[in-house]
Amino acid sequence: MWLPRHDPIKNVLYIDLTLKKFWVEDRSDLFEEYMGGTGVAIKLLEEEIPRNADPLGPDNVIVFAIGPFNGVYPAASKTVAMFKSPHTGNLGESHAGGRSSIALRLAGYGAIVIKGTSSLPIWVSIRGKNVVFNDARALWGMRSSYTVGRIIRENEPNPGFRTIMRIGRAGEKLITYAGVITETYRHFGRLGLGAVFGSKKLKALVVSGRGSIPISNKREYRKIYKELYDTMVKSPVMKKYHDIGTPVNVLRLNEIGALPTKNLKATKFENADILSGENLAKGYLARRMACSHCPVACIHLAALREPYVDEPFFYKTTFVSYDYEPIFALGSMLGAKSVDGFLRLLDMIETYGLDAMSSGVVLAWITEAFERGLIGEKELLGEKPKWGDHEIYMRIIDKLVEQPNDFYKAIGKGCAYASRIYGGEDFALTFGGNEMPGYHTGPAAPYSFMVGARHSHLDSAGYSLDEKTIGKELTEEEIVDKLLEEERWRQVLTSLVVCLFARGVYKPEIIVDAFKAFGLTVKVDDLYELGKKIHMEKYKFKIREGFDLDKYKFPKRIFETPTPHGYLSEEKLVKMKRIFKEKIINEIKPIS
Amino acid sequence: MFACARRFGESGVAKSAIRVSSVGGVETGYRIQVCRACTDPPCASVCPTGALLRRKGGGVMLRPNLCIGCGNCVDACPIGAVQWDIELNKPIICTHCGYCVDFCPHGVLELIDLKERGEIHVAPKA
Repeated sequence: MWLPRHDPIKNVLYIDLTLKKFWVEDRSDLFEEYMGGTGVAIKLLEEEIPRNADPLGPDNVIVFAIGPFNGVYPAASKTVAMFKSPHTGNLGESHAGGRSSIALRLAGYGAIVIKGTSSLPIWVSIRGKNVVFNDARALWGMRSSYTVGRIIRENEPNPGFRTIMRIGRAGEKLITYAGVITETYRHFGRLGLGAVFGSKKLKALVVSGRGSIPISNKREYRKIYKELYDTMVKSPVMKKYHDIGTPVNVLRLNEIGALPTKNLKATKFENADILSGENLAKGYLARRMACSHCPVACIHLAALREPYVDEPFFYKTTFVSYDYEPIFALGSMLGAKSVDGFLRLLDMIETYGLDAMSSGVVLAWITEAFERGLIGEKELLGEKPKWGDHEIYMRIIDKLVEQPNDFYKAIGKGCAYASRIYGGEDFALTFGGNEMPGYHTGPAAPYSFMVGARHSHLDSAGYSLDEKTIGKELTEEEIVDKLLEEERWRQVLTSLVVCLFARGVYKPEIIVDAFKAFGLTVKVDDLYELGKKIHMEKYKFKIREGFDLDKYKFPKRIFETPTPHGYLSEEKLVKMKRIFKEKIINEIKPIS
Repeated sequence: MFACARRFGESGVAKSAIRVSSVGGVETGYRIQVCRACTDPPCASVCPTGALLRRKGGGVMLRPNLCIGCGNCVDACPIGAVQWDIELNKPIICTHCGYCVDFCPHGVLELIDLKERGEIHVAPKA
């Protein structure tokens, strides 16, 4: 139903790192039924990963998948990665832009499946039909992920048509919230794909491609493209991402009292003005960039100017990509005092290839656990964390990546893990094992982090529902239903694969029109059905791998700090969880 | 880059006459390589079969039936504005139609009518 005729998207490239072997299979079956992206990735994952596989063992599999709209329509710029997460021990899904989806699409593949483990560090280059295994021993252990990117860039052909996905030292050290960096400023950030790369001794994956995609109705194609393009650049639906960018949220959330501050002891941040998107744009914004084939340019780069310590009038200027989530995690959550401190910490996290969000929430937990005496200088090897002191936080990050003792090894597995050992679970802000995103907006946000299939704010945007309903109280049933509807719909968007920032443009009717260019007639209802099916498939996989919603409790802290909806009721959230369980989990029969 | 391919209803970049790439990594910014319609185009000078025809006002036109796919034109262009069609093994020559300009949201590309500005140059005959 969803597979365009003669489209190379049906080709899935399989790479076995153990055997250094690769082959292509025609998987029309999957693309026909599950469209692409999230839909195809979850089926490939289910096929390829043996039950209860160790996420950091050779049995884990990495899937990258794209959909029919990538390379064809504007802002269809994302690639979906799926794997078993070493961070939560269950379904891992993370999306990134850059040039990744375009390179994959124009290399002539719909998905890549990476299996096995290499015996020595390698980087793999996919150049159209050819796959090359390169020796990466000289890159292993290198301090800066920026340098790794530069060296690979200089050693690889096809500039302008390639994506260079790489890990930093954090991934090599198997920190369970290490990410994969692509095109320097974009990330498969969450749930530890970087550690999975590291466990496979895969330092980088380069994909280059410059082919064509068959279009059957050329006139229709140009017309719909123009319509989508005009909506994106001329209407206000995407303007906020373009102007100040996602950091516009800092002041907005602070004003309504929803900005998590100092490990969510508060939701108002005294330095919100300093770390606001407006202030960053005024004093630091150096350049804006776009992912390949997107007219929006939401990527904001700040210029960080650092003087040499021992020489006057010498400066190092680095470009650091900032967004709302890193500002929350490494800014308000840590009580940041200056933009420079925040940017230096963020730059260091990029250097090592960590997930900025989990890193910030882990540092916040460490600070509070230290304040309460649960951990001391002995565990921290002399460090005394203090809100707003980024120098200390940078030293802690250095040690986190070095892993010199049991404490640093424990925090390398996230604060859910560390708090089970050292105490402080009540203020370890994790949901389903994953550290929280930057929204304490009301009941829908923490509920959505808990039940969302990837424990992300992007699963169903509970925060957005909270914000729209300030002053009103929805029933538990209403919240559960609305967010379920949203999460199901988003499976369609991430199977196409369009950027979720363009969700306001890619309405069901226009998606139906856009399929006409491929000569495919689809109905709006078909889209909804597909979303529902994919969401169910993801949950089936989670259950197969032992996901138990009852095992996860809401951290006490979220009930102690007010939201724009007042103090949250634990009873209400637990009831919502129960309703979700009845609606979804009890529907899934155990897979034999 | 994508718009250029789309002018014929194609998708992807295989038929694109424009190229976008970073200048030594995305950290340092981007460049666009596009034909500037030289009044005395070197690409035409090195074409052994006369497949590249000088256009009035600058630039060249490709006569595909004469092109043997030698690639001399690509090497001769110092700004890298002659792209290569890997599917047909022939150069992709910009016709200065301006379709790309309509899809450049940040005003980087511009189509200038030289006649209006009184700057029309006719390339000297070979």
